[in-house]
Amino acid sequence: MSTDSVSGLLRDGSWQSRLRASLSSWVTLAILLAAVAANAWLQPTFFTAYSLTSNFATFAPLVLAAVAQSVIVIGGGLDLSIGAIAALSSVVALHVMAADDSRILLGLLAALATGAACGALNGFVVAVVRLQPLIATFATSSIFAGAALVVLPSPGGAVPAALTTAYRSRVAGIPVPMLIVAAALVFWLALERTRLLRHVRAVGGNREAAFTSLVPVARTQWAGYTLAGTLVGCAAMAILANTGAGDPFIGSNMALDSIAAVVLGGIALSGGRGSGIGAVGGALILSFVGNVISFLGVPTTWRQLVSGLVIIAALAMSVLTTTKERGR
Amino acid sequence: MSEGTLTDSRQRLRPARALRNPIVLAGLAAVVIVVAGQIVSPGFASYGQLVSLARVASFLGIMAIGQTIVILAGGDGIDLSVGKVATLGAIIGARLMQGDNSHVLIGIAVPLLVGGLIGLANGLGITLLRIPPFVMTLGMMGVVQGIALAYTGGVAAGRSAPALTGLVNQRWLLEIPGVVYMWIVLIVVVTWSLRRTTVGWDLYAVGTNRVAARLSGRPVRRVAIGAYTASGVFAALGGLMLLGYTESVFLNLADAYTLPTVAAVIIGGTLASGGVGSYAGTAIGAFVLTALSSLLSTMNMPESWRIIIQGLVLLSLLAVYGRQRRLRA
Repeated sequence: MSTDSVSGLLRDGSWQSRLRASLSSWVTLAILLAAVAANAWLQPTFFTAYSLTSNFATFAPLVLAAVAQSVIVIGGGLDLSIGAIAALSSVVALHVMAADDSRILLGLLAALATGAACGALNGFVVAVVRLQPLIATFATSSIFAGAALVVLPSPGGAVPAALTTAYRSRVAGIPVPMLIVAAALVFWLALERTRLLRHVRAVGGNREAAFTSLVPVARTQWAGYTLAGTLVGCAAMAILANTGAGDPFIGSNMALDSIAAVVLGGIALSGGRGSGIGAVGGALILSFVGNVISFLGVPTTWRQLVSGLVIIAALAMSVLTTTKERGR
Repeated sequence: MSEGTLTDSRQRLRPARALRNPIVLAGLAAVVIVVAGQIVSPGFASYGQLVSLARVASFLGIMAIGQTIVILAGGDGIDLSVGKVATLGAIIGARLMQGDNSHVLIGIAVPLLVGGLIGLANGLGITLLRIPPFVMTLGMMGVVQGIALAYTGGVAAGRSAPALTGLVNQRWLLEIPGVVYMWIVLIVVVTWSLRRTTVGWDLYAVGTNRVAARLSGRPVRRVAIGAYTASGVFAALGGLMLLGYTESVFLNLADAYTLPTVAAVIIGGTLASGGVGSYAGTAIGAFVLTALSSLLSTMNMPESWRIIIQGLVLLSLLAVYGRQRRLRA
C-alpha cells in the first residue's frame, strides 16, 4: 500500500472505525470461543459426531432466523414477527407434506413461499404504509400467529420420516445441521456481493442520503423483509426436521432471541453496520451459553437467572464495542 | 403533545383538524368498538359492562404509564421488561401477603421497591453504560424471568390479601371498583405531573432534543434514569392489581402485557421517537385494546381469528395516523 493511501486513511479517520468494527467482531469471536471451550470442557463428548449433530440440530433454526434478522436490522428495521412467521411456515409445510416422503420438496417450497409472503406483507406495511417497524411487525406477528392456529389448531401431525432422518444424518462425515450453518455463512458472503445488500446497508445507514442517491428506498426495504421472511421459511423447515412434529405455538421466543443474536454479533440496532456472519456467531453464543449452564450443574430453577446475567453481560460487551454514532 | 401544539389545536378546533388528533381518533375507535359490541351482543354497552371493561383496561393502563414516560423521554426509549416486572411484582406480592390483610402493606411496598430497583438498573445501564434501551431491557427481561424462577423455585405460591382483591373486584361508589378510581386518580396525577411540574417539562425537553436539553442545563441523565425507574414501579403496581384480580399467581401472569403497553402508547398518539404525547392518550389506547379483545371474545370467535383481527385492527389504527414522514430529496 502506498504511503498516500495510508495517510489518507489516517486523515479521514476511517482506520479508527475499521479498528473498532473489528474490535466488535473480535469480541463476538472471543465470546464464542469461550463458550465453545467451556462447553467442550464440561461436556467431554462434545466433539463426538453424535453430540455435534444434536447440538447443531437445535441451533440451526435460530442461526437461520438470526441471518434473517440481520438483513432487516442492517436495513434500519426490526422484525418482531420472525417467530410467528416460523410457526405459520412450519404448519403450512406440515400440511402440504402430509407425512409423505415424496412431498418433502413441495413442503420446502410451501415453507419458503409462506415465509416470503409474510415477509412481503411486513415489507408492505413498513416500506409503503410507513409504519414504525417495531409496532407494525408486532401487529403482523399477531396476524401470522392467528393464521398458524387456523391451519393447525393444536400441536400434532407428523413430519415425513425421511426429513427427520436426513436432518440427523452426516454428509462426508459432517453432520447435516452443521452444513446448514455453513450454508448460512456462504449465503451471507454471496449476499454481501449483491446490489440488494449494498442498498440495504445504505438505507439502514441513512435513509435520506440513500434516497437522494437514487437508492430505491421503499423497494429495498420491501425486498429486505421478503428475503428475511424466506430465510425464516428455511428456519421453519429446520424446526420441523428437528422436532418431528407440528406446533402452531413454536418459535415464540425466536424473534427476541434473533435480535439478541444480532446484537451479540456486533450489528448496531441503529442500522447500516454489521454482518450476518456476526449474527451467526451471536446465535451460536446464545445456544452454547444455554448448554454450558445446564452442564455446569446449576440448579434448574437458577439456570434462567444465570443465563440471563451472562447474556446481558455479553450484550453489554458487544454493544459497547460496536461503533457508536457520533454526537451522542 | 407539547404545550405549543395543545394551544395550537385549541385555536383551530375545526372538525378536520380534530380528526387528525390521535386522542380524538382513539376515542372514536373506542366508541365504534363499543357501539359495534352493542349491535353484536346487546348489553355490551351497558353501564355495568363498560365499568368492567374499564376495570380490565386499568391493568394494561397502569403498566403503560411507565411505557409512556419511557417513550416520551426519547433516545429510542422503550421498556421491554414491563411484563416480566409486573409478573415478578405479583409473585412477590402473593408470597408476602399469603392471603392475609395484615401483610398487605409490606406486600405492596416490597414489589414496588423491587420494580423500582429493576427499573433503576435499566436506567443506569442505558445512561451510564450507553446500552441501547431495546437491548438493555431485552436482556433485563431474561434476568427478571430468572429472578422469578429462582425466587419461586418454579412453584407459584401465596394469595392476594382480601383487601387488595376487594380493591379490584368489589364495586364501590356508583358500582365502580376501587381500581378504576385509582386509575382515574393516576390519569389525573400523571397528566398533571407531565404538564405542570418541572419534572414533566424536563421529560418533554429531554425527549424532544437531548442536546438542546443538556445545553439548557436540564439533567438529561437523571431524567432518563428516573423514567426507567418509574416504569419499573408502575409495572409492578400493574402486576399487583392483576394479582388482586386473579387472587393467585402463575409464573407468566403478566408476560403478554409488554407489547400491548407499547401498542397502547402508540395508539394514544405518543410519538415513538419521544417528546410528543400524553398519558390520557395512552389510557384511551389501553381501553381500545381491551374493548377490542372483549368484543371479539363476546362474538364467540375462535382464538385464531381473534388474534388475526386484533392484528388487523391494530395495523389499520396505526395506518390512520402512525405513519412516518415521506422521504424527500
